[in-house]
Amino acid sequence: MSILVLADLHEGQLAGATAHVVAAAKAIGGDIDVLVAGEGVQAAAEAAAKLDGVSKVRVADNAVYAHQLAEPMGALLVELADGYTHVLASASTTGKNVLPRLAALKDVSQLSDVLGVESTDTFLRPIYAGNAIATVKSDDVLKVITVRTTGFDAVGASGSAAIESVDVVVENAQSSFVQEELAKSDRPELGGAKVVISGGRGMGNGENFKLLDGIADKLGAAIGASRAAVDAGFVPNDMQVGQTGKIVAPDLYIAVGISGAIQHLAGMKDSKVIVAINKDDEAPIFQVADYGLVGDLFELLPELESKL
Amino acid sequence: MKILVAVKRVIDYNVKIRVKADYSDVDLTNVKMAMNPFCEIAVEEAVRLKEKGVATEVVAVTVGPKAAQEQLRTALALGADRAIHIETDERAESLAVAKLLAKVVEEEQPGLVVLGKQAIDTDNNQTGQMLAALTGLPQGTFASEVAVDGDMVNVTREIDGGLQTIALTLPAIVTTDLRLNEPRYAKLPDIMKAKKKPLDVKTPADYGVEVASKVSLVKVESPAERKGGVKVASVDELIDKLKNEAKVL
Repeated sequence: MSILVLADLHEGQLAGATAHVVAAAKAIGGDIDVLVAGEGVQAAAEAAAKLDGVSKVRVADNAVYAHQLAEPMGALLVELADGYTHVLASASTTGKNVLPRLAALKDVSQLSDVLGVESTDTFLRPIYAGNAIATVKSDDVLKVITVRTTGFDAVGASGSAAIESVDVVVENAQSSFVQEELAKSDRPELGGAKVVISGGRGMGNGENFKLLDGIADKLGAAIGASRAAVDAGFVPNDMQVGQTGKIVAPDLYIAVGISGAIQHLAGMKDSKVIVAINKDDEAPIFQVADYGLVGDLFELLPELESKL
Repeated sequence: MKILVAVKRVIDYNVKIRVKADYSDVDLTNVKMAMNPFCEIAVEEAVRLKEKGVATEVVAVTVGPKAAQEQLRTALALGADRAIHIETDERAESLAVAKLLAKVVEEEQPGLVVLGKQAIDTDNNQTGQMLAALTGLPQGTFASEVAVDGDMVNVTREIDGGLQTIALTLPAIVTTDLRLNEPRYAKLPDIMKAKKKPLDVKTPADYGVEVASKVSLVKVESPAERKGGVKVASVDELIDKLKNEAKVL
């Protein structure tokens, strides 16, 4: 087996997701190369070279790969995929955007959101918003896979793989980057945080989400939201946890004023410990919560913050 | 400009699914089916572009069993002008669907193709990207805003951590995210009119495309059920449990 992992970047740096994808590659077994593609990505390449289990880091550093646009990234992967049995990327918005292009151009299927490895050709993946888990077997010569990072514990960073540069440069006259508006936050990224505290419709309005800030500060938590809170306009969509938002699996998930719609549960039910705070003691969220606290969140949140 | 919009027949969003007793698949017998929610958003966007005068014709297409014509009629009732049904009873995976759609694109020469970003049954999120690769057209996936400007389209995309805007040359492929628009409901007179709109029926063989996939479904299981825990009486008890029992603080 010979596996190529496409590294995820976040503002030019290596994103935490990559260490989980390398873990998935180790579960498959074989030589693992990591491709770091972008513009000005030497630091990311050095970080990738430290990931345990990586034999080689291949770096494509060129302006055409800036922002990892789908067309040049797909073309680059097609050039580099020969000789590999598997190509993996995280099921981030970048992995999802780019990998199906590689699969189509190689005339193979893609397996999306893989959360378990049975063997080199058989994998587990969620379907129907995680309400069923499918075991799928691929007979394609090249397996193209996006990995759900919550399914694999990140590898360590004590390695020292070789770094080599890739001089493949592709043309791209079809797409260009215009702008990006990234939420600025000192808090950890939702997808990788050890603790997540999320608010739902019960928060009442966007202003009240500030009640979560102090607790998040004390716990080093990321702040999330249910789709109901996003739809109500309380908070932006990139905070959404659920089927149509982020899938998270932190050590501790605190759901505040969230009733527990099935689409929300799909995004957080793999968390190690779930706490629910809700005034309705019949709320479905209590059926999945390890610890439920029934009461008025506007009284309980300040009390929790002061006692932590 | 012509817009091609692809739709898929899936289990209704509100139905709780059941796994078959023999673990061969999800049980879809006598289950309410509907248009995939992301496809509804795609149809709505195409119709709005026609209403704005950007598009002149909206063509809806689906790949699926005979019953999928219901979803094409829905698209016609929502404002599509005509429909193409590529009929197959086989389980058509993303790659096969993308190959079929690529043939339709070649035939119809649309200026824009709009698809849902993913179907809520297989949750693959692949078809639009594969179609873009096969047709050699640029893609704007997970769109929350689509602005056509001459021979270019600006697509604002929902990416991890925020929004990204890219400019694409036309023709282009766009896949929809949830916040692109709020789809309308079909009105009764439009549902009646839709029955008279043209609907062509084709087969994968007409396009010379093999639907069979090299990926096989070994089994389907329900996920491990999570059991509810205990209710605590106070914030103090909660903190104590988290520290001493769960050991996460």
